Amino acid sequence: MSTAAAAPEPGATAGAEREQNGRFAVLQRVAQGELGSLRVLLGLILIWAIFTIANDRFLTATNLVNLSLQIAATGMISIGVVLVLLLGEIDLSVGIVSGLCAAIMAVLVEQHGWAAVPGIAAAVAAGAAIGLFQGSIVTRFGIPSFVVTLAGLIGWQGALLLVLGDTGTVNITNPAIVDLAGTFYSGATAWIVAAVVVAAFALSSLDARRRRLRAGLAAATPVVVAVRVAAVALVSFGVVAVLDQDRGVPLALVILIAFVVVFDFVVRRTRFGRHVLAVGGNAEAARRAGIRVNRVRIVVFVLASALAACGGILFASRLLAVNQSSGGSDLLLLAIAGPVIAGTSLFGGRGTVWSALLGGLVIGSISNGMDLLALPSSTKYMVTGAVLLAAVVVDAATRQRRQREGRV
Amino acid sequence: MTPLLELHGVSKRFGAVQALSGVDFDVHAGEVVGLVGDNGAGKSTLVKVMSGIYIADEGEYRFDGDARAMRGPQDATALGVATVYQDLALCDNLDVVANLFIGHEELSSGPARALRSLDEASMEQQASELLQTLTVRLPSVRQEVGLLSGGQRQSVAIARSLIGEAKVVLLDEPTAALGVAQTAQVLALIKRLREQGLGVVVISHNLADVFEVVDRIFVLRLGRKAGVYEVGETSREEIVSVITGAEFGKDEEAA
Repeated sequence: MSTAAAAPEPGATAGAEREQNGRFAVLQRVAQGELGSLRVLLGLILIWAIFTIANDRFLTATNLVNLSLQIAATGMISIGVVLVLLLGEIDLSVGIVSGLCAAIMAVLVEQHGWAAVPGIAAAVAAGAAIGLFQGSIVTRFGIPSFVVTLAGLIGWQGALLLVLGDTGTVNITNPAIVDLAGTFYSGATAWIVAAVVVAAFALSSLDARRRRLRAGLAAATPVVVAVRVAAVALVSFGVVAVLDQDRGVPLALVILIAFVVVFDFVVRRTRFGRHVLAVGGNAEAARRAGIRVNRVRIVVFVLASALAACGGILFASRLLAVNQSSGGSDLLLLAIAGPVIAGTSLFGGRGTVWSALLGGLVIGSISNGMDLLALPSSTKYMVTGAVLLAAVVVDAATRQRRQREGRV
Repeated sequence: MTPLLELHGVSKRFGAVQALSGVDFDVHAGEVVGLVGDNGAGKSTLVKVMSGIYIADEGEYRFDGDARAMRGPQDATALGVATVYQDLALCDNLDVVANLFIGHEELSSGPARALRSLDEASMEQQASELLQTLTVRLPSVRQEVGLLSGGQRQSVAIARSLIGEAKVVLLDEPTAALGVAQTAQVLALIKRLREQGLGVVVISHNLADVFEVVDRIFVLRLGRKAGVYEVGETSREEIVSVITGAEFGKDEEAA
C-alpha cells in the first residue's frame, strides 16, 4: 500500500457513495421506522375490514366504545412490558401482579373502608415494591429475568389467593373506582380534550422545528409539519366523532393514551429513556460509558410492575370485582403479544411505547370481532396466535433484508 | 517539550506473572506512537495502566508534566485520556448522534430541563461539526450505527472518544477487522487526530499500518521496553527482530 495515494482515494469513493446513500438512507429510515408502524396500521385496517364485512355491528360506535374499554387494561400492562422488552429482559409476572395489586386495592377499599385514592396509591406502591424486589434479585444475583419473574408468576398467584381470603372474590362498589371504567366524556368536553391534544402536538412540533433551525440543522418543512398535525387532528377528532355517537370517549381510554404519551416521551426524549435503549442495545457499552446499568434495570422493573398495578385497577373497575382468576388466564400472554405484534423486539433496544396501544388494538379487535361472530375460544386463540406469528415473521424478514442491504 | 502523557518505571504484576517491569513510555501532543509487541508482551496491560483500568504497582503516571495519582478509569477520563477498545462498544440500535453522546447526553435548557429532556438539536449540531472536522463521511448522523460499515463504525467509536475534550486517545487494534479501503479511512482519521494536536497511541499487530501512520514505534518485549524507534530511521525488519528478540540484524549492523 503506498502511503500517499491510499488515503485520499477511498475517501473520494466514500464521498460519491454518500450522495446516493443520503437519499437512499432517508427512504431506508422511512421503511424502518415509520413504515414499521404503518405496517401494523395496515394490518389493523385489514382486520377491521374483514370483521366489518362479516358483521355490520363491528364498526358501530357502541362496539368501538366496548373495544376501547376492553383494551385499556391490557394496554396499560403492555406499556410496562414494552419498557422491559426494550431492556432485552422479560417480566412474566405482570399479569398476576395486576391481579394481586387490584386485590390489595379492593380489600383495602371495600373491606377496610379506605378511600379510593389511598387504596389505588397502595396498590400502585405494592406493584412498585414487587418490581423493586424482582429487579433487585435479577441485578444482584445476575439471574435471568425470565426465571425470577416466572417464580413471581407462581408466587404472587399464592399471594393473590391469600389477600382475597376465604370468599375468593371482592366486589367493587366504591363509586370513584367504578367511575374509572364507567365515565364517558361526550359532547363539548370530549371535543375540547381533542382540541387540546392537537394544539399541544402542533406546538411541540413547531418548537422542535424552531430549535433545529436555530441550531442550523435541517428541519421538517412547514408542509410536513402541517401534514403531521393534520393527521393527529384527523385521528383525535375522528375518534371523538365516532365514540360520541354512543356513550362518548371512555375515561379509561383517555388514561391509557395519556400514559402512552408520557412513557413515549420518557423513552424517546429523556436521558433515562436513552439509557434504557442503550442498555437494551449493548449493556457492556452502556456500562463503559458510565451508565449505571443495574439502576436502570431496577427502575424499569419497578415501572413495569407499577404499570401492571394500574392495569389491574382498570380491569377491576370494568369487571366491578376482583376474584381468584384476576390477572390470570391469557392476560399475561396477550399483554406481551401486543407490543411484539406491533414491532417491539424481544431482544432489546428496538420498539416503541405506541406498540402497546397498537398491538393491544390488533389483539382486542380480533377478540372482539370473533365474539361478535360468536366464534368459539378455540378459533379465537388460534387466529391470535397466527397473527402474532405472522407479525414476527414479517418483522424478521424485513430485518434480514435490511441487514443485507444496509451493510456496506 | 513536556510529553502529554508519560509513564515512568511502571511495573505491574499479576500473581506470579510480571506483566510489566520498569517501563518508561511517553506520547507528545500532535504525535502518534505505535505500541507493538508479540502476544503477551504487555501491550494491553500497558494501555490499561494508561487508561486507569489497572493501577501500576510501581512507577509514576505523569500528565502534562505533573505526577498524578490514578485510582480508576474515571481519573484518566477526567485528565482527557480516552480509550477506544477493539470491540468498539457501540449500541447498534441507536443512531450516530446517540452513540457519540452515550453517557454524556445533553439536557435541554429552560423548563424542559425539569423533565430531563434531551437537547437533540444541540447534540446533532455538535456531532455534525465533530465528524466534519475529522472528515468522517457517513450517510447521515441519524443513521443507526448497526447499519454502518466496519470502517464507519470504527470512525464513530474514535470520534466518540473526542466528545469529552480528549487530549490523548488510546486505540486498541483499530484496523484489525477492516478491509483495505476501510483501513485507509481509519488511518486517515488517525492522522487528522494528530493534526488536531492530540496525542495518539495505537496498538497494532499490523506493521504496514503502523509504518504508515505513526511517528514513533515503541516496542515491548516480555514486559520490558525493548526500544523506541523514529519511523524514518528504522525498517520493518528491524522492528520484527526487536519484537521477536532475534536481534541478529543489530549484531550485523554493529559488526
